[in-house]
Amino acid sequence: MAGSAMAEGETVCLITKTDTNPFFVKMKEGATAKAEELGMTLKAFAGKVDGDHETQVQAIETCILDGAKGILLTASDTSSIVPAVKQARDAGVLVIALDTPLEPIDSADATFATDNFLAGLLIGQWAKATLGDAANDAKIATLDLAVSQPTVDVLRNQGFLQGFGVDLADPNVIGDEDDPRLVGSDVTAGNEEGGRRAMENLLAKDPTINVVHTINEPAAAGAYEALKAIGRENDVLIVSVDGGCPGVQNVADGVIGATSQQYPLLMASLGVEAVKKWADEGVKPENTPGKDFFDTGVALVTDKPAEGVESISVKEGMDLCWG
Amino acid sequence: MSDTSRRSDDFEAAAKGSQEQIAEFDDHHRGFVGTVQHFLHVNPSLVPLIVLVAAIVIFGALLGSKFFSPFALTLILQQVQIVGIVAAAQSLVILTAGIDLSVGAIMVMSSVVMGQFTFRYGLPPTVAIVCGLFVGTAIGAVNGYLVSRIKLPPFIVTLGMWQIVLAANFLYSQNETIRSQEIEENAAILQLFGAKFNVGGAVFTVGVIFMLVLILGLSYALRHTAWGRHVYAVGDDPEAAELSGVNVHRTLMSVYMLSGLICAFAGWALIGRIGSVSPTSGQLANIESITAVVIGGISLFGGRGSILGSLFGALIVGVFTLGLRLLGADAQWTFLLIGILIIAAVAVDQWIRKVAA
Repeated sequence: MAGSAMAEGETVCLITKTDTNPFFVKMKEGATAKAEELGMTLKAFAGKVDGDHETQVQAIETCILDGAKGILLTASDTSSIVPAVKQARDAGVLVIALDTPLEPIDSADATFATDNFLAGLLIGQWAKATLGDAANDAKIATLDLAVSQPTVDVLRNQGFLQGFGVDLADPNVIGDEDDPRLVGSDVTAGNEEGGRRAMENLLAKDPTINVVHTINEPAAAGAYEALKAIGRENDVLIVSVDGGCPGVQNVADGVIGATSQQYPLLMASLGVEAVKKWADEGVKPENTPGKDFFDTGVALVTDKPAEGVESISVKEGMDLCWG
Repeated sequence: MSDTSRRSDDFEAAAKGSQEQIAEFDDHHRGFVGTVQHFLHVNPSLVPLIVLVAAIVIFGALLGSKFFSPFALTLILQQVQIVGIVAAAQSLVILTAGIDLSVGAIMVMSSVVMGQFTFRYGLPPTVAIVCGLFVGTAIGAVNGYLVSRIKLPPFIVTLGMWQIVLAANFLYSQNETIRSQEIEENAAILQLFGAKFNVGGAVFTVGVIFMLVLILGLSYALRHTAWGRHVYAVGDDPEAAELSGVNVHRTLMSVYMLSGLICAFAGWALIGRIGSVSPTSGQLANIESITAVVIGGISLFGGRGSILGSLFGALIVGVFTLGLRLLGADAQWTFLLIGILIIAAVAVDQWIRKVAA
């Protein structure tokens, strides 16, 4: 944030869910670097905890007042934030949802995000291909995020199941599938503690589980501890999503079989560029063809590539990881 | 006892009949409900114990050996060990009519200190553990000082400390997770509390044993030592305690420092349980520990209740959580039932209190 850049440039706001999650830390890094390069001023805001909707609304109001050209937003509450977003757009501010689509998705001018369904699909396809014939009598557990089934949770879970060849029933709901291979799902809050407890609960339900989908890598690390405690760490396949550095390292160590990597830094820097373009030329960003958002990409990270599923090596994943 | 009755015989001759009838009538009236009420008053951990046994029996009947096995039952112990240890710290503070909202933050901070001191500064893990325990105790000491010397309300002090410690935790750790593999290779002692051993299908961990020993030890100390009586006295009425010669300041300091130390041990146990050192852990431990304490029948108004109750309270939550998951119920049902239990526990506490005085 050089003084000269701050004096001359237009303002772009970045509002993340928290200040502490490495994913958002990386996002802020990407936005800061790009804003500096383009001679813009970046103002960063964040909720106190994940789910802190109030603070995010306050941040939007502050940005409007401040005359910001654009807001990059990862919403904690994807539908309740919509009126505040509308207020900003009415005031001529370009609002881009990063990572988390709003509900409905067109409440924002644009959405720059990982295709979470595709992220899930890739690990599902990989798990199925890796197991081969054994996939037909797999025992599957899914470790999800929260009981409220946030969109990112549903997309990853359902993507995974589809990739694995499970009939989804309603693709907007976790847990309505009746495939006998599914042992069950439990929630983890996306951290190690929750991952361990959820895995233990599901193992108590059925100790023969051999495929585990986890919403993110900390949950996977917790699940691994639960499996290790009963000596099954080597015969259960864990797949995950995120691509954080500890997670990718866990792929290298065989804790996680494969993970789908997303790119927060790219989301943020592209977002800043889009705001610049809006400020200079009045042009709004366009969606990726065939999708209702701008896809910032996802890659499967594994050292055991499976036939028919595109992937990158752990080394490449390490170069691109965050956190 | 026999002495008094003999002495009363001497001067009761005239009014003997009528007095005894009134007394008997009164006794009969209290009989059913009153006796139970009195018994519960004397044994405050009995209510949660009954609820716990009932819950185990009901889930056992519904789920059979899947639930009613040494493996599943000891799994519940493993799942509640962290909350159980923190609830022990919370119980001490609540017995003094205080509340400690910073327990979870102290726990996480201590675990982060243990991890980062080992891996960032290359200290021997044992030294790092001692540093972690010291940090926990020191934060407790600050809480205690502000409560007892500056006379600030415990709720406010620990509300502030919760945020300070949590923020310090994130700033200091840079939200960096130290992975399980690194710890296992270079500092296995950090995972000591996760070490497990089998006893006929039952699986215990060092953390579970620590929780049980800690609670039994504290229970003994609270009941049978002068310090323990002082803790109750301070919680019941600090002025009266002061007048009867209890050093209120020293008692409060000891309680908050001990609470901090126990939380630091919980941080060590946390590393054993989740394998890694993660600064995002334990953010709800304050609420979970208060839940266990309240369901366990310790009065939030201080001076009443048994620390064993807190263990039962934590176990009740654990039994409900696992039992309902095994039944395939939506996780929301757990929260709903725990909410009912909290309110019911306080209602029962109020009812038992009526026998007091």
